[in-house]
Amino acid sequence: MAVGKEIKTKIASVQNTQKITAAMEMVAASKMRKAQDQMFATRPYSERIASVVSHVASSNTEYRHPFLIGREVKRAGVIAVATDRGLCGGLNTNMFKQALNLLGELDEKGIEFEVVTFGNKAQGFFKRIGAKIVATATHLGDTPEMSQVIGPVQVLLKEFEEGNIDVIYLVGNEFVNTMTQQPKVATLVPVEPAPDENYSHHWDYIYEPDAVEVLDGLLDRYIEALVYQAIVENVACEMAARMLAMKNATDNAGAMIDELNLIYNRERQASITQEISEIVGGAAAV
Amino acid sequence: MASTIQVDIVSAEEQIFTGEAYMVYAPAIQGEIGVAPRHTPLISPLKPGEVRLDMGEGKEEFFFISGGIIEVQPHLVTVLSDTAIRAHDLNEAAALEAQKRAEEALADQQSDLDVAKAKAELAAAAAQIAAIRKIKKK
Repeated sequence: MAVGKEIKTKIASVQNTQKITAAMEMVAASKMRKAQDQMFATRPYSERIASVVSHVASSNTEYRHPFLIGREVKRAGVIAVATDRGLCGGLNTNMFKQALNLLGELDEKGIEFEVVTFGNKAQGFFKRIGAKIVATATHLGDTPEMSQVIGPVQVLLKEFEEGNIDVIYLVGNEFVNTMTQQPKVATLVPVEPAPDENYSHHWDYIYEPDAVEVLDGLLDRYIEALVYQAIVENVACEMAARMLAMKNATDNAGAMIDELNLIYNRERQASITQEISEIVGGAAAV
Repeated sequence: MASTIQVDIVSAEEQIFTGEAYMVYAPAIQGEIGVAPRHTPLISPLKPGEVRLDMGEGKEEFFFISGGIIEVQPHLVTVLSDTAIRAHDLNEAAALEAQKRAEEALADQQSDLDVAKAKAELAAAAAQIAAIRKIKKK
């Protein structure tokens, strides 16, 4: 019976798609767990370094590091963190929207800006809108490494030190929970350390060899740690978003298969009915 | 019983060690330092080398670090260890490489930045998604 051959083919193709999306969902789920672990593993470092920075900033050294001093903003640097791959729902789009809001604001104030991108998608997007990309890193993988972060961040930090830019923003995604990821914008430089709650006493560190060298190394690492954390967090976001997107796709494919089956059966029934009525009609004629 | 000092060794990628020790030896930039409990607050960069912890009873723990920063407070030592080997030249090389990648990526860029246009494109995409959702619900 040649009835509904097209429908059969269509059902088979949707089933294949469903298999793929279901597999991707499971892969994303297991990768998300790993990414979350990595995200938590980076916390002690950034917490410790943040508390040291806030202590140093609130202690009275004779030397003020340029990263700690705000100045009038004429040019800005933006670090954008996105995923390497797609199929992760609206994650990147939401982040880009947030980034565009920021860029629009800067544009209105007549502030020029340059962009450093992490991830293929960020590179593609900012290239398409014609932003000035000064450095980029792609193919970060599921377990990004610190060494991939240092280069691009150094580009902006150097620009800042030379006075070419006056502020550095970081745009990325925040991992709220598995269901929710939120784009966020943070100011990286000038560093605004949280006030040190324990700082009631008036002691200061011995800086060895001197405050300048220590602070240079410390603040560079602090900023890199923040960017690194944003990237690791973004991986967790990516996996969570992909898991959700693929779950929806699998569900939708299921609904579609049901619908197609219904149509197929209806058609089959119709053709049988027609055949019978033709036979009956033929018999009556004889 | 001699007093101990809390030691945390962390890198950007993971927590390496946390616990108590009688004495901490670290390769500070100006030579190895030994930190005993109630040491005066100190902060110093570290050279690549070995951090050694005296755990008491003749036991010792060793950690190799490729540089970092040590922060000492009277009852707490924090070693912020680098995972990536860094040196001024290396950092610069990495920075140059990142810049080169950007230039390559931008080689075929056409127009100037147009935030308004990009916003319009995004809005259109969002509208499409909303429309698809509505159709699906029916």
